[in-house]
Amino acid sequence: MTEAPAPEFVIREYLREHLMPHFLCPGCGHGIALRALLWAVHELGITKDRLAIVSGIGCSGRIGAYVDANTFHVTHGRPLAFATGLKLARPDLEVVVITGDGDCLAIGGNHLIHACRRNLNITCMMLNNEVYGMTGGQVSPTTSNSRYTTTTPLGNFEPTFDACALAEGAGAGFVGREITLQTPALKNLLREGLAYPGFAFIEVISDCTEIYGRKNDLGNSAEMVLSQKAAARPDVYTNSVDRPFRPNQLRTGVLARKDRPEYAAARQRHLQSLGNVE
Amino acid sequence: MSTEPATTTQNLEGNEACALGAIAGGCRFYAGYPITPSSEIAERMASELPGVGGVFIQMEDEIASMAAILGASMGGLKVMTATSGPGFSLKQENLGLAVATEIPCVIIDVMRGGPSTGLPTRPAQGDYMQARWGTHGDHAIIVLTPASVAEIYAQTIRAFNLAEAFRTPVVILYEETIGHLRETVDLPAPETIEIIDRQWAAPDDRNFLPYRPGTDGIPAMPRPGDGHRTHMTGLTHGEDGFPTQKPEAIAAANRHLSHKLEPHLDRIEQFEIVAGEDAEVIVVACGLVARAAKRAVAKARAKGIRAGLFRPITLWPFPTLPLQALLQPAGAVIVAEMNAGQLIAEVERHAGDHCRVVGLNRIDGEAITPSQILQQIEELAND
Repeated sequence: MTEAPAPEFVIREYLREHLMPHFLCPGCGHGIALRALLWAVHELGITKDRLAIVSGIGCSGRIGAYVDANTFHVTHGRPLAFATGLKLARPDLEVVVITGDGDCLAIGGNHLIHACRRNLNITCMMLNNEVYGMTGGQVSPTTSNSRYTTTTPLGNFEPTFDACALAEGAGAGFVGREITLQTPALKNLLREGLAYPGFAFIEVISDCTEIYGRKNDLGNSAEMVLSQKAAARPDVYTNSVDRPFRPNQLRTGVLARKDRPEYAAARQRHLQSLGNVE
Repeated sequence: MSTEPATTTQNLEGNEACALGAIAGGCRFYAGYPITPSSEIAERMASELPGVGGVFIQMEDEIASMAAILGASMGGLKVMTATSGPGFSLKQENLGLAVATEIPCVIIDVMRGGPSTGLPTRPAQGDYMQARWGTHGDHAIIVLTPASVAEIYAQTIRAFNLAEAFRTPVVILYEETIGHLRETVDLPAPETIEIIDRQWAAPDDRNFLPYRPGTDGIPAMPRPGDGHRTHMTGLTHGEDGFPTQKPEAIAAANRHLSHKLEPHLDRIEQFEIVAGEDAEVIVVACGLVARAAKRAVAKARAKGIRAGLFRPITLWPFPTLPLQALLQPAGAVIVAEMNAGQLIAEVERHAGDHCRVVGLNRIDGEAITPSQILQQIEELAND
């Protein structure tokens, strides 16, 4: 069987251009993540009418509105819970959640772990920029040690969440992480997550240049993403840590992929076994 | 052969009647979280929904339950959740999202004593104001207060019709006692039940504006996948669904949310008047207390006291004009409620100067009795 080559990806075809210019700060990584997501959607042939994007509150929550699809901007921390209802009601929709480190790991943390446990076929893209950007730069569950934020004026001393380890531990069938600099790799990861029949959790290491980078002397956007690249340890060379010069603490790529029963399919099988549905 | 459709008679608990009413009203998605004294609703929905092609899910918390029903409603299903006081508090944030984005949904609050964990197994009427104003910001909302098991069944069906017709959350409040009360109910034949569906936008209309009010003032809903590709947000939005900072658009959006039910009060308001025509003393009461009040009014009449009852079935929007008409000739009104005095403020501001308004309250976890109400009626009649 031969497949016709997919038409070239033109991001404008997926955007609500009348909403431009967008509200993101110069140097913010969120736009690159959105581009990678739409690129993956394009390659998988998911139509805009079948695409549903659910997002929460924060900078991450606002970017869904730019997509020419069925978009739902809900309450802080609750996009996974809203998406669970939407997907159960409409299995025909491709439901994608766009969330952030505060939205997903702090106020929405309970919904994340139960979404991972259920393994309903939703793709969750969590943009991790280590800070609450929309509210002016407060500490988040992923803010690195010693970093300054408006609510850690003396530097952060709290431990951080490893979001991917959390998702895997809670049972997510598919877990991955990527940096925005590796846009094609991020696109491939999102594509794999979208195609995965179950709950896919993808952490995108984004950068908040204006509010977080500036306050911590992390350099401009290019310097921030290059330092992310230096820290990354792609799954293809998992064990080649270049100590002591590069700790490569940030594992990227597909971090977990398990064959677990997808929620809706498991429910259907269970009811069928009882003769409860046709 | 009779052409009269067959009814079936069942002995049901209030919470069961609520679940059966929901199924009959078209509910096909339920998300909930266990809480006393409402859990029997979830239990019955869990066993009923799979058989009618619906989905039941027990979520991780009350907040998630409310969010999930909104997602399912935007997907096109008729949806419900049920809870009690503490859970209702947790749902308020997403209830606000339902208000702002005009998502049809039904929320059951089986009232128990509060505040906080309060009295989980005892009745109260402390959520009248939480149901009206629990979520932040100005808005209209529909709240129903059935007073019997049969009425819970009927009002749950009606709640779905109102939610779908007017794109609004509808809250049903009833007390723990009625939730766990068993009564005989005549269930109507399904084909005789009036079912109202939401107004869907015409498919593939790319110029469709998701928040432009229709001829009845209510916007049609876009079904995902029908080609509209609209945006929904809890941010204040214009008719196109996108956030707005324009003062005139903000004012229009908020006016709409506050006043959209007003042209439809004739379809929304329901109330019961007992012995009202020549009454000098009117008792205003809802739900469980109205049952006691009905008995007290009958006893007062037997004693020659001209007493009457006004029972809002639709608590919000409050049936102001019907009450005012009733109070015109009356000299006194007793507002009997199992809280420290919530409904009385609403009655006071509509009663007029000629009418004395007296509260009869009970906040000890016990029901107000007919004799308590009768005593109050007699005192006022002798004044």
